[in-house]
Amino acid sequence: MSTPTTQAPGGRGLQGSVRQRRADPLFRVVLAVAASSVLLLLAAMIIRTSIEAWPVFAKEGIWGFLTGTEWSVGTSRSEVTGSYGAWPFIYGTLLISLIAIVFAVPLSIGIALFTNELAPNWIRRPLTSAVDTLAMVPSIVYAFVGMYFFRIEVWAPVGQRIADTPLGEVPFFSGPVLLSSYWSAANILAIMILPIITAICRDVFAQVPADEKNAAYAMGATRWEVMSKIIVPHSFSGIVGGTMLGLGRALGETLAVAVLIGSTRDMTSSVFQPGDAMTALIANTFQDAHPEAIWALLAIGVTLFFITMAVNIVARLIVARVNLRVGGGATV
Amino acid sequence: MSTPTSTPTAATHENRPSLLVTSPNGRRRARISQLMTGVLLLTVLAALVPLAILLWQVISNGWGPFSWEFLTTVEPLSYRDTGGGYLAGIVGTLYMTGVAALISVPLGLAAAVYLNERPKGRYASVVRFFTDVMTGVPSVFVGLAVYALLVSGSGGLGLGFGTLAGAASLAIIMLPIVVRSSEEMLRLVPADLKQAAFGLGARQWQTTLKVTLPAAAPGLTTGVILAVARGAGETAPLILTALGAREVVLRLTGAPQADIGLLMLDGFRQPFEGGIQRAWAGGFTLILITLGLSIIARALARRSQI
Repeated sequence: MSTPTTQAPGGRGLQGSVRQRRADPLFRVVLAVAASSVLLLLAAMIIRTSIEAWPVFAKEGIWGFLTGTEWSVGTSRSEVTGSYGAWPFIYGTLLISLIAIVFAVPLSIGIALFTNELAPNWIRRPLTSAVDTLAMVPSIVYAFVGMYFFRIEVWAPVGQRIADTPLGEVPFFSGPVLLSSYWSAANILAIMILPIITAICRDVFAQVPADEKNAAYAMGATRWEVMSKIIVPHSFSGIVGGTMLGLGRALGETLAVAVLIGSTRDMTSSVFQPGDAMTALIANTFQDAHPEAIWALLAIGVTLFFITMAVNIVARLIVARVNLRVGGGATV
Repeated sequence: MSTPTSTPTAATHENRPSLLVTSPNGRRRARISQLMTGVLLLTVLAALVPLAILLWQVISNGWGPFSWEFLTTVEPLSYRDTGGGYLAGIVGTLYMTGVAALISVPLGLAAAVYLNERPKGRYASVVRFFTDVMTGVPSVFVGLAVYALLVSGSGGLGLGFGTLAGAASLAIIMLPIVVRSSEEMLRLVPADLKQAAFGLGARQWQTTLKVTLPAAAPGLTTGVILAVARGAGETAPLILTALGAREVVLRLTGAPQADIGLLMLDGFRQPFEGGIQRAWAGGFTLILITLGLSIIARALARRSQI
């Protein structure tokens, strides 16, 4: 009758101690800080590099820096004395990335179609793992094998074939074909960005409603007709998103390009001749750079950051619109 | 079967062609379909052949010079000399990757828990979006930024080139991978488990640390291992932060640190056989580390799906 409410061993029932009650808000603060760290890091990186690079932008003007073609490095420790025009590097980066996209996108679509629609079940998983493995191979290994095998045995001979055809009359494809060139860099990039584009294509293709495919089959469509007229059109925006993500990777890829592009600032019109790229310039010249040149490299880095950011943001918006969960690139 | 449009027998029988009879147009479409199947198979080969060549080149060239000596000695002073090994680089790579994991894994897990607690929150969406975007930040830019933030004395912290700067750049590269893969795994934890914990009176932190995280542990481990593998294979940012060394460096700051990738880069760009041989063995080591880790990760993922 008059028994008091049951008491927990602690003696205070359900009432927690002050310390316990404060644990949860504290926990939430810790989590929020951790989540914010991503934004803070991004902001810190871009602000700090922009400040460091500012003297170069100030001297050349942003437009002058982007479009200038002369890159002669000064040796000053305190002021900008050289001349910095980034266009040859921007041009090289854009050129090789676009060629890589032209090669990689059709291949990726083909691989994804094959994996999703044609491959027997038992081969599907090994095939997916194999393509994902391409993404796990370190960039330095691509650079190395590209330099000692692919450019000698594959890319330069193929390039020579192309230059020997009537196509070789066009300045863009004219010889002589050199081992280190835009062409070699573009080819290695194409292999390196295959996995991410393929992974996204696989995911969007898998989202095509089975009803639509079955309806097409019931109407007598062949496998290819279902693939080319149902699956690919249905997945178009996803493919565009994946392509943009691949482009982002290609723009930012460093070592393979640094080793294979040949590092000249001539901006030759032929793809079979050496050039330079933004990432390659940073990786190849940083170690010997004077403070002034490091500002210029930071300016190149900031430019690269904004280009890749723009591409990535557009890509992510597209990919998010088609409602994909692309695992944050955990494997690709 | 091979007669055009419709066979006489079928046509006379019912005045319309049997379903078994194919028109020339139908045969053409079937042939195109078969042809395209072949083309698609070729695209698959276009990806698998380079992979096979890549692995074969690294294994066949790297297996020879890969030895106990390679793993336990440092490089000779000249690239011309044969023998010696990448001990400095192996220690440096493992050291920097380890420190980077110590920074990025707790931070990334906490961020993932935050995102998972608020699947639809506005701030969470922003964080999630920029985490995705961050996976696409060029690694060399991360290197430049860490140089400007930590290494450089003018405006930065002035720590100088070394282990910590290298590890910081790897951590920044690994962080978004940890966050996004962990969030995906946490989302798979059944809501019932959490509600049961809350029903027993557990606080949010208790539920998270003692119920949600353990339940998702295998998946989380997979994501973390993949992120570590990615970090271990990165070289570009280390050019700008670790700088490279030829001796074993154990200091956290104040002395440039070595890395397998950096040693390879120095070695294979010189025209000397000794250095190139060691670079092949270095490539073999890197492949062993990264592919080994990703195989372990995949095996874990396969064995235990929540």
